[in-house]
Amino acid sequence: MQSHNKNLFKSSVSESLTSTAPLLSRNIYDQTLNRIRNAEVNLSCFAFLFSELIQRIQSQVSGIQEFEEKLNEHGYRVGQRLIELVIWRERNPKREIRILNVLQYIHSTLWKYLFGRHADSLEKSKENEDEYMIVDNNPLFNKFISVPKEMSQLNCCAYLAGIVEGFLDSAQFPCKASAHTVPLAQHSQRTVILVKIQPSVLAREELLG
Amino acid sequence: MSKSKVGEDVYKKVEKVNAELFVLTYGSIVAQLCRDMNYEYVNEELEKMGYNIGIRLIEDFLARTEWHRCVDFRETAETVAKVGFKMFLNVTPMITDWSEDDQTFTLTLDDNPLAEFVELPVEARSQLWYSNILCGVIRGALEMVQMDVEAYFIRDILRGDEHTDMKVHLKQILKEEIPAGDD
Repeated sequence: MQSHNKNLFKSSVSESLTSTAPLLSRNIYDQTLNRIRNAEVNLSCFAFLFSELIQRIQSQVSGIQEFEEKLNEHGYRVGQRLIELVIWRERNPKREIRILNVLQYIHSTLWKYLFGRHADSLEKSKENEDEYMIVDNNPLFNKFISVPKEMSQLNCCAYLAGIVEGFLDSAQFPCKASAHTVPLAQHSQRTVILVKIQPSVLAREELLG
Repeated sequence: MSKSKVGEDVYKKVEKVNAELFVLTYGSIVAQLCRDMNYEYVNEELEKMGYNIGIRLIEDFLARTEWHRCVDFRETAETVAKVGFKMFLNVTPMITDWSEDDQTFTLTLDDNPLAEFVELPVEARSQLWYSNILCGVIRGALEMVQMDVEAYFIRDILRGDEHTDMKVHLKQILKEEIPAGDD
């Protein structure tokens, strides 16, 4: 998946600069990035669109693993773009170089941007050095989705895990993120995004002291 | 109560989500489709997806607005633009260019939120209608209220045109059919 993700990294800037077609009068680089910054749309729009995405993926894949991978890919693309957008809009943008700081940034600022609230908790796994968990008690994506019993392993927050993975990869913290449903009494839709950081990052963290 | 007022009031009450998340999700879907197939097929696929959304969106619309049956196609057009688009996407396209027989109109969506952050690659500019899902949504929604329409883009800012225009043409009014099996 790593090399596949590198293809997703490829930007189209170099392609458009070398093309010989006439440039559009409306150059995207002249557009403001804040045009729809605080805009909102009806939740049902998003829910309908997401459900179409899920239906489309469902018709293409044969297993839950593949399903989650495809959702993850979609989220990955979004995450790659969000890192630049969200950080650019900060008043004093700071580049995070430590694992805990970047995860806290995701837990607070990124979640606030996406859902208007902080994530419910950020935990470090006791068994594994390289695993962290971001918990959301009521994720938006699962709100209108009911998973049939045969596919009970599936969690559509794989999309959200993809966003987190894309965000971290672009921040130079290569990792793998996956979503797991861990229901509690009061929160039946509680989802945990499990982030597995790669060893190179841990080594770098050691060097930083 | 004017249609714009109704649209605004309903929009105020609904639960909302960050528009950029919605727009980026749509972008990811279109990007994936473009990888999987040719641009003409992408247009068709987007229209089909829009159709599936539209047939369910209309119920959401009717439940929230309790709208009466529109008297004629002109009223339908106004409802779609001022109430429908407003309550879902928080934009109000303009209705222009009515045909002589009142069967066709043009929706001008200059602040199309779906096109935010988007630049089409050169090959796509002559073939892809990026926001084609909206055509499907309109077709699906209106079919459920007994109007057989055809909706298609004729201009798009992403392609270098001045405006984003969608033509909606009423082909026929469908008769209400009693589902087979009922008395």
